[in-house]
Amino acid sequence: MDLEVGKVEIVSAPETHTMMGNEALARGVWESGVRVAVAYPGTPSTEIMEAVGKYPCEDIEAQWATNEKVALDVAIGASFAGERAFAAMKHVGLNVALDSLMSQTYIGVNGGLVLVVCDDPGIHSSQNEQDTRLLAALAMVPVLEPSDAQEALEFVRIAFEISERFDTPVIVRSTTRLSHTRSVVEVGERLPVSAFGFKDNPLKNVMIPAHARLRHPMLLEREQALAEYCISSPLNRWEEGSADYGIITTGISYSYVKEVAPDAHVLKLGITWPVRSEKLRAFCASVKRILVVEELEPVVEQAVRDMGFEVEGKTLFSREGEFSPRIVHDGLAKAGLLPAQVGARGLNSQPLVRPPVLCAGCPHTSSYMALRTVDARVCGDIGCYTLAVVEPLRAIDVCVAMGSSIGMAVGMAKAGTESKPIVATIGDSTFLHAGVPPLIDAVYNQANITVMILDNHTTAMTGGQDHAGTGVTLRGEATEKVNFEELVRSVGVKWVRYVDSYDLASMYQTLREATEFKGVSVLISDRPCVLDPVKIRGEAYRIKSESCVACQACMNLGCPAIAWIDETYDGHRKVGIDTGQCMGCSLCAQVCPSNAIQLASL
Amino acid sequence: MNNRESLKADIPATSVAAERPTNVLIVGVGGQGVIMVSKVLASLSQELGYQVKQSEVHGMAKRGGAVFSHVRFGSSVFSPTILEGDADILVALEWAEGLRWLPYLNQESGTFITDTQHIIPPFACRDRGRGAVSGYTRETVPEVMDSVTNSFALDAAEIATELGVPKASNTVLLGALSTALEFPVAAWKSVISKFVPSKTIEANTRAFDAGREWALSFDRETQLKDWTDRTKQDPEKTTDSSADVVSTLEITEAWCKGCDICVKFCPERCLAMDARQIAILTHPDRCTGCRICEWLCPDLAITVHTSKNNIST
Ligand SMILES: Cc1ncc(C[n+]2csc(CCOP(=O)(O)OP(=O)(O)O)c2C)c(N)n1
Ligand code: SF4
Ligand code: SF4
Repeated sequence: MDLEVGKVEIVSAPETHTMMGNEALARGVWESGVRVAVAYPGTPSTEIMEAVGKYPCEDIEAQWATNEKVALDVAIGASFAGERAFAAMKHVGLNVALDSLMSQTYIGVNGGLVLVVCDDPGIHSSQNEQDTRLLAALAMVPVLEPSDAQEALEFVRIAFEISERFDTPVIVRSTTRLSHTRSVVEVGERLPVSAFGFKDNPLKNVMIPAHARLRHPMLLEREQALAEYCISSPLNRWEEGSADYGIITTGISYSYVKEVAPDAHVLKLGITWPVRSEKLRAFCASVKRILVVEELEPVVEQAVRDMGFEVEGKTLFSREGEFSPRIVHDGLAKAGLLPAQVGARGLNSQPLVRPPVLCAGCPHTSSYMALRTVDARVCGDIGCYTLAVVEPLRAIDVCVAMGSSIGMAVGMAKAGTESKPIVATIGDSTFLHAGVPPLIDAVYNQANITVMILDNHTTAMTGGQDHAGTGVTLRGEATEKVNFEELVRSVGVKWVRYVDSYDLASMYQTLREATEFKGVSVLISDRPCVLDPVKIRGEAYRIKSESCVACQACMNLGCPAIAWIDETYDGHRKVGIDTGQCMGCSLCAQVCPSNAIQLASL
Repeated sequence: MNNRESLKADIPATSVAAERPTNVLIVGVGGQGVIMVSKVLASLSQELGYQVKQSEVHGMAKRGGAVFSHVRFGSSVFSPTILEGDADILVALEWAEGLRWLPYLNQESGTFITDTQHIIPPFACRDRGRGAVSGYTRETVPEVMDSVTNSFALDAAEIATELGVPKASNTVLLGALSTALEFPVAAWKSVISKFVPSKTIEANTRAFDAGREWALSFDRETQLKDWTDRTKQDPEKTTDSSADVVSTLEITEAWCKGCDICVKFCPERCLAMDARQIAILTHPDRCTGCRICEWLCPDLAITVHTSKNNIST
């Protein structure tokens, strides 16, 4: 076995750039000679493909896929065709792509195949904090975990080498903190990788039961070979310390460990599947006390225990949430290895919470105002509009995963317990991602539901990426554009209507008609997002305070440009508009019963 | 197969302790330019030869949520984030955000530089009743100056507006920050010019100078007195006697013709039409007595009664 894999050679004089983790990952993709790179956006992974899209078109195809499964399938196709291929997604995106990965792992690769999957410990912007390493173990796919931007770049290059050497897809796991930290990175050049061409081999490339049975034992052999590679790989680094305890750590946690416990012996695992190796065993045998510092699941800890060592991990460092230097320090203090820290706080102020809210002028606002008014049972979905769950809109009853809204509405309707009209609300990007099959299901099974497609012409939540419904590619070129009405009609929906999201009265009327229709009705709320891809600002409105009766009707919109002023009317707080924030959508003027809200110029 | 005995450390132990990096935490609200301030600082310290890590979490930031960015620089930096209680400088672009992050400031030696600007989220205006008090933070500038030794509270927005560049309040704060770090002024200015639109370089330079000037001529006693005087006029500090007023609704069913107007317009959504198409109060607990239904009912079928200390009006 050639154990030289992983020795990156710097080809020319080092050139440095300040890069975010995600930009470094993208650089690694480009340097690796990748031909086809695909992603569906998702925080914290989104900037990877945006950055890949800045490298020359002649070098690399960079594209948005309709969802993560499609992204992985496209990458798999390119790998079959003999080119290096890449897909990026957030942790929950891997759930969507998992079906393909579980079979592809039996097949292996032709051109190298690498996935970057970004986990979100602390749930900064996700619906859960699952640990990708558990899914990777299920798929028996190697996982590399860089701990800073420099390693992010290098690990991607090494991942491609491992992928081709060991005939396996490889996952590079990032986390929010790594993806979004900027530091200086030494960059290299693009590798001149020549395509392998398609290799005809149905025994390997076509997974029918007879072939899959032959491939499974090879997977087990591959695991063994990888474990051997882990012994010599520079990715698993043993750093000697002066203390008598040893810490095994991975990813971003390594930086916290070095920060708070510079004296510890450290085994920094760059590869966390497979975990068990002779190197790990040797490290454990060399120290008096073994601690594992890893975010989320006790993957490494369990492996050490399985090897017969006594180890401390999740008893000291939480299994949930994001780590910080403080958490690592406190855990080591609990273990008696560091002095406890006294948290002397001077001023004990507990400022108000400041959750994210829909933007001033957000076109989603009117849909949820109307839903409140018709008193619907609302199945929500994932996007900016999920923010309508909080006060004052508070118009979403359930929300699970991308595309779930429509299927859930069908189930609620079929359960037959609901007296309220059942409405699914789903954004344009989410509808294309996973909303079409359940809509077909609703029509096929004759469910009595209303579907609101909230078409703001972008994938706003993740920062405004294009998708198949915008008519623009990742590289900004014009392309075919999905016509939502035609699509919806073609699957058999008989009632389809467009509404201008800034016309509250017609939104309300149309929604009422839609919910009165027996069968599947589709209402498309149509207005571009005011923030992305371009800021859309109309003339600001203002409130004539002498006319304001302080009824708080406009406050129901939750518009962040509207807040209380110091004056009162009949004991109630009057309101005012911050003209610097107002986007001029006019919704507040439409709900004001005393006509106090007017264009600022009037 | 490798022999276990042959496996030993890749990097032997060293005894040189790395110098402690400088920790600066920059906080504010989405859209204020927190990231710009932090990028300027990060790129400046990098140009001056330090190792730098700059970390923030994207995503919710632009939707009016809280934003924060850690900048750490020194000869060697590991963690991208700052240990609680270990920030040397806390720069806040918004008042309540500054208070939120105070526990991160080093209690003995930390410097707190904060804008006094209040950005009140819709969340703070939730209480709909009479005499409602904003949920925004109550601490005043003098209170904070009293408890945090090195604190500098400035109305950066006002300074920027006076200079005719209302959007440059973050550059004013950079000017103030420049007095707390030993970097050459010219280097600050040259880096700032790379991060602002070219048309606004001159204006931003003035904003930087103004912030720097303000911090250099800072006199604690004068500031304390000044802010104490201002705080005395804060209407939030006066209590509103209308808080204990109770409202009740009287609906004259015979006059109601079921037009639905009151139901549609009630801001608290506490009215509904019953099976007979007569308006009823379904959620008396939510009624704030705003009188919209009384004013809008075309048939005068609704009257709002208010009472205080059992005296009806
Ligand atoms: C499986 C999965 N992939 C990606 C994401 C990240 N994500 C959250 S919302 C969203 C798209 C939102 O776009 P859209 O439905 O158009 O609504 P908008 O934000 O524009 O209102 C994405 C990609 C996710 N949560 N789950
Ligand atoms: S980014 Fe766009 S869609 Fe999202 S809250 Fe703001 S205006 Fe609405
Ligand atoms: S017009 Fe009214 S609702 Fe629309 S952004 Fe301005 S203040 Fe907000």
